[in-house]
Amino acid sequence: MLIQNTFQKICHLTDLKHLFEDGMSIMFGGFGGIGTPPGLVNLILELAIKDLTLIGNDTGFPHIGIGKLVTEKRAKRIIASHIGSNPNAGRYMTTGELEVEFSPQGTLVERMRAGGMGLGGILTDIGLDEEIVKRDKQTISLGEKTFLVETALTADVSIVYAKKADPFGNLVYDKSARNTNPLAAMAGAVTIAEVKEILPLGALSPEEIVTPGVFVDYIVESKGVDWQWVWEQK
Amino acid sequence: MGLGAEIRHKIAKRAAMEIRDGMLVNLGIGIPSLVPDHLPAGHFIMFHAENGIVGMGKSPDEGEEDAHLCNAGGYPVTIREGASYCDSTTAFGMIRKGLVDVTILGALQVSENGDLANWIVPGKRVPGMGGAMDLAAKAKKVIVLMNHQDKHGISKLVKSCTLPLTAKRCVHMVITEMGVFSVMPGGLLLTDQFSPYTIEEIKVSTEAEFEISESLTIYGE
Repeated sequence: MLIQNTFQKICHLTDLKHLFEDGMSIMFGGFGGIGTPPGLVNLILELAIKDLTLIGNDTGFPHIGIGKLVTEKRAKRIIASHIGSNPNAGRYMTTGELEVEFSPQGTLVERMRAGGMGLGGILTDIGLDEEIVKRDKQTISLGEKTFLVETALTADVSIVYAKKADPFGNLVYDKSARNTNPLAAMAGAVTIAEVKEILPLGALSPEEIVTPGVFVDYIVESKGVDWQWVWEQK
Repeated sequence: MGLGAEIRHKIAKRAAMEIRDGMLVNLGIGIPSLVPDHLPAGHFIMFHAENGIVGMGKSPDEGEEDAHLCNAGGYPVTIREGASYCDSTTAFGMIRKGLVDVTILGALQVSENGDLANWIVPGKRVPGMGGAMDLAAKAKKVIVLMNHQDKHGISKLVKSCTLPLTAKRCVHMVITEMGVFSVMPGGLLLTDQFSPYTIEEIKVSTEAEFEISESLTIYGE
C-alpha cells in the first residue's frame, strides 16, 4: 500500500537525531513499559544523550520501556508516580544520582493533560494532607473547599506509541497500551509517535481517532518490542 | 510472616461478600487479586484498572496473553462484555469523582480511626504512591486485606500510624486472617471472628483498641 507523505511527518528513526540533546525534558507514554515506544527509547540510548528530565507514569522495569534509560543513568531527574518496579531508580535516588519528584498518579496525568491543553495547572485535593505531595505548593480555597495548585507539565519532546496512524498523525491506540499516551502526545513541544501501522489518509474513521494529528509532528513505524515482558520470563 | 494460600483465599472470599452486581471495583495487587475467584459465575461487577480499563475479566489462558491488555500490575488480563478502554486521566477522573464503589488493597498499617499507610517504608523502600492516594481518598468504600501482624510479629492494626500516610480516615473495613474489623465513628469494631483464633488471641495480637460486635459472626469451625 503506497502511503503519501502529504504532511512530511512520516520519517525514519535516523531522521530524528537532531531533536535530541543533553539536558532536555522528554515526556513518555506508557504504563509499566506497556505502550512505551521501544524504537524511540533505543534511539535515545544510541544517541548517548544524558542529564535528561523524564516525565511519565513510572520508571518501567530495569530492561523494559523507559527503564532502559533509567538503568543506563541517562536521567538526572524524573517526575513519576511510581518507581517500584525498577530497583535501579530507587538505588540511584538513594545515592543522589537521580532526583525523583513523586506525583500521585491521577494528579500526574492531569498535569500532563493540562500541559497539553495549554493550561497553567490544576486544582486537586489529593495529597493535601500528605507532606511528600503538598511540600511548599500553593493552596487555594474555593467556597468551602481547599485545593492544592499543581502545575502543568510540558516537555521539549514527547514520545508515544500507537497502534495506527495516518499521514496527518491521527492516532488510534491499542487497548490498555493507550494509558498515558494521549496525554504525552499533547504535552510535547515536539511529539513523535511510533506506530505499529501507517494507513492512508482517510483510512481511519474520524470517530475512532483518539489523538488528532495536529498534536503529532513525526511518525515512525515500529519494529515492536525487543524486551521480554515480566509475565513471559519463566 | 507470609500467609498460606488457603488463608489468603479465606480473606479474599470474605472480601468478595462486600461487592455486588453493578459496582465499579478496583483491586490492588496481592490478596485483593484473588477476590474474583470467589464471585459467582455470570456476575455483573465491573473491575476498574488505573491504566484505563473498565470491565476487566479473568486471566487469559496460557498462550492467549496480549501484551497490550494488562492490569495495573503489568500482567495480562481479558475484558468482559460491556468493557471499555480510556486514557489514564479518565481512569482517575472516575476515581476522584467517587465512581469507584469499592477499592480493595493491601496495607502496612491501619489506625483505629481508619488512617492508611501503604506506600512507603522510610529508609527502606520508596516505591512511590502510584494511584494509591487517589483510590484511598476517593473510593466510596476502602477495604484493606492484610496480614494481622508484620513479619516481626508486630500488629499492623495500630492506635496511630507511625509510617507516612497514604490518606487520612479513609479505611472502612480491614480483613485479616483473624477477623473483620469495621472502622466506626468511635473506633474499630470486630464483626467477624475467623477460627482458630480466639477473642483473647486477637486482643493480644492487636495494638489497636477494638469493640466486639453484639452480632459477631464466627467463621470456619
